[in-house]
Amino acid sequence: MNATIFNNEPKTQTKNKIHPQKFALWIACASIVMMFVGFTSAFVVRRAAGNWLEFDLPILFFWNAGIIVASSIVLILCQRAFRRNNIKLYKGLLVTGFLLGVAFVVLQYEAWMDMMNNGIYMDGNPAGSFVYVISGVHAAHVLGGIVALMAALVHAFTLKPFVTKARMHRLDLTVTYWHFVGVLWLYLVFFLVLNS
Amino acid sequence: MASIKTTEKLSQTDLLIEEYGYDDHFHDHHDEDKFQSNFVTTYIFSQDHKTIAKQFLITGMFWGVMGAMMSLVFRMQLGFPEESLMWLKPILGKWITVADGVGTLAPQFYYALVTIHGTVIVFFVLTAGLSGTFSNLLIPLQIGARDMASPLLNMLSYWFFFLAGAIMFASLFLSTGPFSGGWTAYPPLSALPLASSGSGAGMTMWTMSLVFFVVSVLLGGINYVTTVLNLRTKGMTMWRMPLTIWAFFVTAILGILSFPVLVSAFFLLLCDRALQTSFFLSEIFIGGQALDHVGGSPVLYQHLFWFLGHPEVYIIILPAMGIVSEVLSIHARKPIFGYRAMVYSILAIAFLSFIVWAHHMFMSGVNPFISNFFVIFTLIIAVPSAVKVFNWIATLYGGNIRFNAASLFSIGFVSMFISGGLTGIFLGNSAIDIQMHDTYFVVAHFHIVMGVAAFFGMFAGVYHWFPKMYGRFMNETLGRIHFWGTLIGAYAVFWPMHYLGMAGVPRRYYSFDTFENFNHFATINKFITIAAVVVFALQVLFIINFFYSIWKGKKVTSKNPWGATTLEWTTPIDPGHGNWPGKIPAVQRWAYDYGKDGKEFIPQIVPLAEGETEEH
Repeated sequence: MNATIFNNEPKTQTKNKIHPQKFALWIACASIVMMFVGFTSAFVVRRAAGNWLEFDLPILFFWNAGIIVASSIVLILCQRAFRRNNIKLYKGLLVTGFLLGVAFVVLQYEAWMDMMNNGIYMDGNPAGSFVYVISGVHAAHVLGGIVALMAALVHAFTLKPFVTKARMHRLDLTVTYWHFVGVLWLYLVFFLVLNS
Repeated sequence: MASIKTTEKLSQTDLLIEEYGYDDHFHDHHDEDKFQSNFVTTYIFSQDHKTIAKQFLITGMFWGVMGAMMSLVFRMQLGFPEESLMWLKPILGKWITVADGVGTLAPQFYYALVTIHGTVIVFFVLTAGLSGTFSNLLIPLQIGARDMASPLLNMLSYWFFFLAGAIMFASLFLSTGPFSGGWTAYPPLSALPLASSGSGAGMTMWTMSLVFFVVSVLLGGINYVTTVLNLRTKGMTMWRMPLTIWAFFVTAILGILSFPVLVSAFFLLLCDRALQTSFFLSEIFIGGQALDHVGGSPVLYQHLFWFLGHPEVYIIILPAMGIVSEVLSIHARKPIFGYRAMVYSILAIAFLSFIVWAHHMFMSGVNPFISNFFVIFTLIIAVPSAVKVFNWIATLYGGNIRFNAASLFSIGFVSMFISGGLTGIFLGNSAIDIQMHDTYFVVAHFHIVMGVAAFFGMFAGVYHWFPKMYGRFMNETLGRIHFWGTLIGAYAVFWPMHYLGMAGVPRRYYSFDTFENFNHFATINKFITIAAVVVFALQVLFIINFFYSIWKGKKVTSKNPWGATTLEWTTPIDPGHGNWPGKIPAVQRWAYDYGKDGKEFIPQIVPLAEGETEEH
């Protein structure tokens, strides 16, 4: 990063390699990461203090990791289809990606129900509370991504089928955020497995 | 006041911009119409960074007055506990309890005042009012951008701040009172709605307010960082940026990385409050009743809080440092001493700020061996801080200093930063902290080093950039009275507190009448209270000067009244949307060419002369 920041060549406002909005999105992701760093380090510290209930994570958490990876792949293909002006494929893949996203949230809900059926409650041992909070706050961020995907769907089905730079950029922002929440979930599952 | 400017120089500015500037065809699109077409889009929901800066400043001033008035009320209680406060009853109502015609401040309201005073000064005044104002005003102007990367997010940033303020303000009128558990909101007082009168609705509104505030900081910060990295004009490399921009840039990064951790702490706190979880609550009794909470840890909250809390003090002080570096250099007519060292010390302070948080918790039951780690890194912060102080003094040394309100406040900043910084070395030692913790020594330390010092940086900035904001000067005589009065007054308020603290007088106590050994401090406490009233009166003078000058101040007649080098002084006196009427100026040199090659100053837009080298 230093090489680009501390570049002594004169710059102009048009020569940027990365779009400022995309850059801003990355910074926003960094700040979301810091929030989860807060949760996970609190988890580690609290666990080390003892009086900690060990339990198995709901199996759906792992299925969901697969689903969110699949949705990311679908959205990459969707982006590619759009770039190649294959509007039909683009629309189809966008709908698929969106449905996979919705499936993720629904299955997270099922996973919480599973936990409750196994006697792990929000107001019980902090071990369980932490899992609810971490997966719940993550799901809230996925919901944000779903809202963005809905906006993308509206664009896909209402705008005329032209491939423009602005639309490509908008799709790129949406998909980038979606990848981010996906990778975040993979990390969180990995973290929870590692710590139980 | 400067008298070096010549009209010849000014027309030269326009020529230089025309010749070397960068044409982004900004004005071809008639963006101005979209941004400033009517009263609402010009003054209220403005997307222009200069207007948003003024909004941040004036809202910050409102909260500054609120916070200061709160401190006067609790200082009355501390300085004159026997006196009747009946005269405050019309304002404070039931919080003044009357017995035999003598009005006394209700203890729970005393705690609420202390809490809200801390919260609003730290967050609303010294974070939003300081870095919000000057980041917004100066980042686009000094790096040569038309506006922020996202003017919309910028506008939202202000309005989330406004919303946070509105909620906090509303909480003052709750019948149970605002939150009263200290600005750090430690559990259990913050986690149990029944713990104290302010812990119910007051705490709920306090948390809501701060969550919106964090949203504001993040929206603003993302914008600042993106703008600095992406929208610098042609030739504005990182190493040519003024130190103000470096400071705002690093401040924004600190905010982006530390405030989300505060949000996670608040989220867990809210779960404890509303969903009966036990993150921060262990076995506890209220009113003789055992609660269901088991196994939580209040220290866990402290870790999360101070992981934000410590970077927060640098979020407050770094912008002030940047402003002071810039103002000192301009008014000493000398290049800033050790530019690169200044940048590296900002970066070093920012990095260290993330690994020292537990020095706020030495007495919270943290393992003393772990404390050692935090002691060492805390003391290491003295190194970059000392580098900065040395460089400021070296900048002043041998300078042809103009002693105006802006430069005086900058020099005052250095004085305050040294005084407060030295006591930080005491408090950073976990062994000395056994005696000093939670005493007035701590109060004196942080008020001088991050309260008064940051205010001084803010005042320096306001006096210096007021001509850019409003096209007029503030009254210089009133400014100097403001400075000398505040300098002497602030020391008179906080210096004696060190002695109280060393004697063990605990902070946050409502009354000391049960402690015989503190009786002999009654006179000092009276003295402090009187000094505080005088200092407050001087701030009122500043506010009068500020608003009077907006409409009636002496008009600025030249583009560059201070003879400064940076780009904001190449804009028209009253810059419209887009800042420059034609092309964007291109930058040819660093920001501190003062007294070079026999010239008093060389603006950044002037190309290097033949054979001239850009060494710094």
